[in-house]
Amino acid sequence: MNALVGYGEYAVSLLTIGGIYAVMALGLNLQWGYGGLFNAGVSGFFAVGAYASAILTAPVTPGHFVGFGLPIIVGIVSAMLLSAVVGWFVGRICLRLQSDYLAMATIGIAEILRLVIDNEIWLTNGSRGIVAIPRPFEDLPGIWRDFAYLGLVAAVVAALYIALELLARSPWGRVMRAIRDNEAAAAAFGKDVASFRLQAFVLGSMAMGLSGALTAHAFKFIGPDATLPLITTFLVWVMLIAGGSANNRGAILGPILIWTLWSATELLTGTLPPEWQIRGSYLRVFLIGLLLQVVLQRFPRGLLPERPPRPPQAERVDAKEG
Amino acid sequence: MGLINLYLIPGIVLGSIYALGAVGLSLIYGVLRFGHFAHGDVMTFGAYATLSAVTLFGLSPLAALPIAMLATALLAILIDRLFYRPFRDHPTIIVVIASFGVALMLRSLVEIFWGADDRTYETGIRRPVAFFDTFMIAPRHIAIIVAAVVLVTVLHFFLTRTRLGKAMRAVSDQPSLARVCGIDLDTVSLWTWVFGAGLAAAAGLFLAIDTQLNPNMGWNLLLPLFAAAILGGIGKPYGAIAGGLVIGLAEELSSFPLFSDRPLVPPDYKTGVAFAIMVAMLLWRPQGLFRGRSFE
Repeated sequence: MNALVGYGEYAVSLLTIGGIYAVMALGLNLQWGYGGLFNAGVSGFFAVGAYASAILTAPVTPGHFVGFGLPIIVGIVSAMLLSAVVGWFVGRICLRLQSDYLAMATIGIAEILRLVIDNEIWLTNGSRGIVAIPRPFEDLPGIWRDFAYLGLVAAVVAALYIALELLARSPWGRVMRAIRDNEAAAAAFGKDVASFRLQAFVLGSMAMGLSGALTAHAFKFIGPDATLPLITTFLVWVMLIAGGSANNRGAILGPILIWTLWSATELLTGTLPPEWQIRGSYLRVFLIGLLLQVVLQRFPRGLLPERPPRPPQAERVDAKEG
Repeated sequence: MGLINLYLIPGIVLGSIYALGAVGLSLIYGVLRFGHFAHGDVMTFGAYATLSAVTLFGLSPLAALPIAMLATALLAILIDRLFYRPFRDHPTIIVVIASFGVALMLRSLVEIFWGADDRTYETGIRRPVAFFDTFMIAPRHIAIIVAAVVLVTVLHFFLTRTRLGKAMRAVSDQPSLARVCGIDLDTVSLWTWVFGAGLAAAAGLFLAIDTQLNPNMGWNLLLPLFAAAILGGIGKPYGAIAGGLVIGLAEELSSFPLFSDRPLVPPDYKTGVAFAIMVAMLLWRPQGLFRGRSFE
C-alpha cells in the first residue's frame, strides 16, 4: 500500500513538473511554432517570472530581507506582467534580426539576467536562493496538497491551450503563420510584420514567466541553478520539437513525455554504483542532446505535426447559375 | 603602470583568446552560413584534449597544442558530417538548433571523460617577469600573446597565399559566383572546419592556461565571441581578430577605476560589456566595423 502511495506521489510530481514545462513549451510554441522566432533565452524569461513571484510573495526571513508577503495570485500576475515587459524590450531590440542573431541576443539577455541573479544578493539572495516561498493549498492534508497543485497546473495548461488554439485559428494566427512562411508576401498584403512578431514574442514571454512563477511556488524555493540554460532552455526546446512545433497539443505532449523520460533515466542512474552516478547524470544530458539530433533528422515535424486549420470554404459559385 | 600591468596586458591576452575563437566563428559563418553555437564547447574540448596529451605524453601544454588542434579538427569534421551536413538544404535555423544540441553533447562528453571539477595543467605559482622594474608580465601571458600572433600569421598566409585560402574567402564573399568558378564547396567547408576548430582549440588552451579548465569555460565565452565576430563584420576573418581584441580590452578596461576608486563596471558584470557592445552594434552598425554581411 505504501509503495502504491509512493508511486502515486511520484506520478503526481511528474505530471506537475511536466505540466509546468508544458506552459513554457506553449509559450515557446507561440514564438517559434507560429512566429518562427528563435528564442534561445527561455531561461531568462523563466527566471524573471520565478524571481518576481518569489520576491513578491515570500515573507521577510532572517538573513534575507527582501520579501513582501503578498498573496500568491498577486505574485503570479506580476510575474506574467514583468515577463511581458522584459519580452517587449527584448523584442523591440532584437526581433528585426535574422534568426541566428536573435538566438545570440536572447542568449545574451538570459546570461546577463543570470549574472544579475548571482550578484545582486540584496534582491535575489544570490546563490543561496529564495526560501519559504508560499505554496497554494498548503492547509490540505498529505497527498491532497500535491493533487490540488497538480489541479492548478492542469487548469493553467488547459486554459492556455484553449486560448492559444483560439488564437491560432483566428485571423491573427493565420497572419502569424503567413509571416513565418513568407515574410515578404505577408508584408506585401499590408500586414505589419514587426508588430505581429512583437505581439507573439510578448505573449510567449508571458507564458514563460508564468511557468517560472509556478515552479517557484511548487518547490517553495528558487535558486540560480533553476535558471541554468540546460534545465530550461535546452530541455524545453527538445520538448517542443519532439512534441511537434506549431501544434499546441504537441507542445503539451512533448513536455510530459520528455520529462517522464528525463526523470526515468534519473531513476536508472540512481541504481548505478556511486562512482558512476555523477557520470550517469552527464550521460543523460548527452542523450538529451542526441535525442534532439535524432528528432531533427528523422522526425523533423515531431510526434504531432502541424495541422493548419482549413481555410474557410469560399462560397461556391455554381457554374450553371453563373 | 597599474593600468598597463593589471588591465591592458590582461586585456590583450583575453583579446587574443577571443580573436582566435571569433575567427573560427566568422569563417564558419562566412562559408557555411550559420551561427555555430557549439563553438565555445569546441574550445572546451580543445583545452581538455590538451590536458590528456599533457598527462599522456608528459608534454608541456604548448607543445601538446598541435595534437589537440588535430584532435579538435577531426572532431569538428565528424560533427559536421553527422549533425550539420544533413541539413545543408534546410533553412539555416535547423542547423543552428542542431548546433545547440551539439554544444550540449560536447559539454556532457567533457564532463563524462574528464569530470566536472576545475583542473589546471600544472600547479604552483610562477612569478611575473619584470621589465624596467615596473612593467610586469606573467610568462604565461607572453606565451599566449606570442602563440596567438604566430597562429594568426599562419592563418593570414593561408588565406592570402594558398589556392584553398583564396577559395575560402571567395565562398565567404560571393557564394554563387564562387560556385560558378568551379570551387569545390566540400573541400572548402572541410578546411573551414579544420581551421575554425584548430584555432578554437588553441583559444581554449590559452584560456585554460590563463585561468583554469572547466566544462563550462567555452559556453561562457560564446557571448564575447559572437560580439567580436559581429563587431568585426561577420564573415570577415580579419575583422573578427580586431573585434576580439577590442572586446577583450573593453572587458578588462571596464573594471579600471577611472573616475573614483571604484571600478567603472563591477568585475562580475564584465560579460555584460561584451553584450552591450554586441547589442549596440546590432542596433546601429549591423554590418560591423569592417563591413561584413548585414543580418537584418
